[in-house]
Amino acid sequence: MPELPTKLKGYAHVYERAHINTDEIIPARYLNVHEEAELAKHAMEDIDVDFVKRVQPGDFVIAGDDFGCGSSREHAVWALRGAGVRAVIANSFARIFFRNAINNGFLVIECPGAVQSINTGDELEIDLAAGRLRNLTKGTESSFVPLSDFARELITAGGLLPYIQKAHGAVES
Amino acid sequence: MGMTITEKILAAHSKRECVVPGEIVNAKLDLIVCHEVTTPPAVQMLRKLGINKVFDPSKILVTPDHFVPNKDIKSAELAKQLRQWREEQGITRYYEVGNHGICHAIAPEQGHVLPGMTIICGDSHTTTMGALGTFATGVGSTDLAAALATGELWFKVPESILFELNGPLPHGVYSKDIILYIISKIGVDGARYKAMEYRGSSLRYLTMEARFTITNMAIEAGGKSGIMPVDEIAMNYVHARTSEPYELYYSDDDAEYAERFTIDVSSLEPMVALPSLPSNGRFIGEVPRVKIDQVYIGSCTNGRIEDLRIAASVMKGHKVAKGTRAIVVPATTEVWKTAMREGLFDIFSEAGCVISTATCGACLGGYMGVLGAEETCLSTTNRNFVGRMGDPRAKVYLASPATAAATAITGTITDPREFLKPESQHLLAAAESAYGQDDYLWGV
Repeated sequence: MPELPTKLKGYAHVYERAHINTDEIIPARYLNVHEEAELAKHAMEDIDVDFVKRVQPGDFVIAGDDFGCGSSREHAVWALRGAGVRAVIANSFARIFFRNAINNGFLVIECPGAVQSINTGDELEIDLAAGRLRNLTKGTESSFVPLSDFARELITAGGLLPYIQKAHGAVES
Repeated sequence: MGMTITEKILAAHSKRECVVPGEIVNAKLDLIVCHEVTTPPAVQMLRKLGINKVFDPSKILVTPDHFVPNKDIKSAELAKQLRQWREEQGITRYYEVGNHGICHAIAPEQGHVLPGMTIICGDSHTTTMGALGTFATGVGSTDLAAALATGELWFKVPESILFELNGPLPHGVYSKDIILYIISKIGVDGARYKAMEYRGSSLRYLTMEARFTITNMAIEAGGKSGIMPVDEIAMNYVHARTSEPYELYYSDDDAEYAERFTIDVSSLEPMVALPSLPSNGRFIGEVPRVKIDQVYIGSCTNGRIEDLRIAASVMKGHKVAKGTRAIVVPATTEVWKTAMREGLFDIFSEAGCVISTATCGACLGGYMGVLGAEETCLSTTNRNFVGRMGDPRAKVYLASPATAAATAITGTITDPREFLKPESQHLLAAAESAYGQDDYLWGV
């Protein structure tokens, strides 16, 4: 798998509220499927029905505290990724969502306070190497909590399953 | 430095003398529980990698629960995939529709959960099983896939928060009220990443069934797990179901906790969590008598036999109010059968309730009572997030089975003490049936 890029650019979709939960990210009425493309059609549907119409590949979701709380459904990560979201930047993440994200090699960045200085539509640059989040539209900058070594290894490997295969050789089959 | 019960279980399962919070360990798993929503994606991931065998079929328990009996064609496909997979893997601990139940309820009920175990399931309410002194936590499908292939999983050792629950439960107050009170105090992320450990004299007054309600909702405070020490009540529950050996772990006196809370349970009142956060709990006296369109009694939180007995004791001789619907959903087939034998279904059906087969059902807006826009529901389930039980404009209130039954009778949010007999007979009856009157009196 390729190394993580050091810099990522994209546009922001801001949801300031705390505790955006997995029922809102992908409602349970769509859990009768698990194909990413199908789930993607309903990403964030119960919080913003227009999200899927606006989101472009490479965009970022910006949120407040405890993003992804509630159900353990990994469908929430797949729906966001399928919709084109490159990373979620939040004040903090719920545990299972964070775990599901890095297990999928999906980028989640804890950047407390970022949500206050970003508006939907702002162009952002994430500098992973420096741990900096730049708002190119507003000319502001903030630093974020660097990924732990373990999370970085998982994301770099492309997720938990490739990581296990790499770390332990082929999993017994 | 001493260790908590959670640290001891994780250390023992990762071949360490000791572990400390924050450390990442690879722990051996004793039980993996599978249902039809999150397992098929995990199986698909493994197939893509060419992994066609699970690590050990005997450590896996399978039951369809979310959308069975199949609610639609796509759900039928998921249940079919689960069924075919368990057949091909030779997994014998399988509960087909007709013997099925909500996984977190059926696993302990059928004797698959032993103290000291590590347990995962692709479902956030896996924490339920921690009431039997296990480390049990919910994961996603990728974790589930890795676990099914290797029998191990990575965990960041959580810090623990200690909740000391003191005193007997007042009249009309149940374990659901205790956990709603705790979540109202610490918030829906108050225990984020942490183990919620319980101890204290109140546990003596709580049957296993009541305890599961408390550990079930650890995730509603963001917790990684909920856990209780194994006492005589827990051992009696286990020994009535299995003779398998197990290890007991207890927190050391000098174990370190991130926080400690002491809760005077004897001062609590029935609680209601207002829409749309489980942390919006209020004492019922502070809650307006909102008109309720639907009452839902069930789920892995409050669909066990004791819950149905309590609800029936309130509802006996009454009718569901005009303009209100009441749905009773036993958590497992065994609960369903027991409720039928005990005549509880006569009480519910005479009152005008719908009685469902065991399913997660409308708790997560699946089926069997999904809400429309602007509808109000008082539910014994675990979550009242926006959209949880159906239309995002619906309003869900969380409460105990007693409060739910009282609300069904009046059609507005109602204090169950208006219908309960003055003495706490429900508690005594439940305690007697679970472990004998002598033990109960010893507990008092």
